[in-house]
Amino acid sequence: MSRQGTFRSAILDPAQPVPPALLDGQGGPAGRRFSVYRNNVTASLIEALEQTFPVIRKLIGPQAFASVAGAYLRAHPPDSPVLSRYGAGFPDYLGQCEPLAHLGYLPDTARLERALVDSYHAADAAPVDPSIFAQTPPEDLPRLRLRLAPATRLLRSPWPIHGIWRFNTEEGAPQPPHQAQDVLVTRPDFDPLPRPLPTGGAEFLTAIATGLALGEAMDRAAETAPAFDLSPLLGLLLQDNAITDATLDEAP
Amino acid sequence: MSNTIKTMAIATAVTAAMASHATTATAQEKVKCYGVSLAGQNDCKAGAGTTCAGTSKVDYQGNAWTLVDKGTCTTMELPEMADGTERMGSLEELDRDLPQS
Repeated sequence: MSRQGTFRSAILDPAQPVPPALLDGQGGPAGRRFSVYRNNVTASLIEALEQTFPVIRKLIGPQAFASVAGAYLRAHPPDSPVLSRYGAGFPDYLGQCEPLAHLGYLPDTARLERALVDSYHAADAAPVDPSIFAQTPPEDLPRLRLRLAPATRLLRSPWPIHGIWRFNTEEGAPQPPHQAQDVLVTRPDFDPLPRPLPTGGAEFLTAIATGLALGEAMDRAAETAPAFDLSPLLGLLLQDNAITDATLDEAP
Repeated sequence: MSNTIKTMAIATAVTAAMASHATTATAQEKVKCYGVSLAGQNDCKAGAGTTCAGTSKVDYQGNAWTLVDKGTCTTMELPEMADGTERMGSLEELDRDLPQS
């Protein structure tokens, strides 16, 4: 193994010996400095995961979290120098973690936490001027195509992830409901917000995100939720600055 | 669903959404308020590698801030200090209640 390879694998694994012949700036042996560095790498990456996944930490406890985070960072060291991006694969890792298999909601809850941080760092985009909706003749509205803000994230889950997240972040929040929850993360100003979606909402937004017009997106929603009501969702999208553009197709 | 019904449904939804949007658009302007957050509860959801997310170590830490409604920062009620003097929020960083290093 190359010297760099030895150094790198030893940095991530305290069971490995300190790489030989390390020298400090004065030419003295630097083995103990390596140990300090090794400890800091592990501690800082565990802390990074703690900051991105506070709800997971609360759900499984600080000790279990540090243990699974330690195993994760050794299997998946950062591939970006940006620490806030670290842990993209952590939700999947939680799902493969045998001792946590009985907590089936952990991976999706972690995906929500990851999405909130991603949304925070997503590009800014000016919201659409809402008057476009009033100016469009009603018969043309089904041909309107919306663009969603870069900071929006859609999550689908068979678990009540919004309820779980809220119960563990908000004092006095209600018990999570016994139902599947789809969540839209929006960023009205500076801070991302998780918004629970009504049935059909995720189908509608998936269609919108893939470039389908309002009318087609309504059809997709109605396949799942025949009584799908667009008004609360559209109101939410406008209120949360989640729509950045609305364009009308040419008449057929 | 039929095209006529769908067009009506969308038009109704747009009208309703516009009406509710007009009434919520005047939400309170927020300002950064220093020295009022409980330990670890300061705002800033930037996550790992940033210097601010939930890192305040003591209650009412003077250099940690929270977003509050404009006009409420310096008037909100806080528990008095250990020596009995009044504790106030501030729009600028404070040097009180700093964690001991």
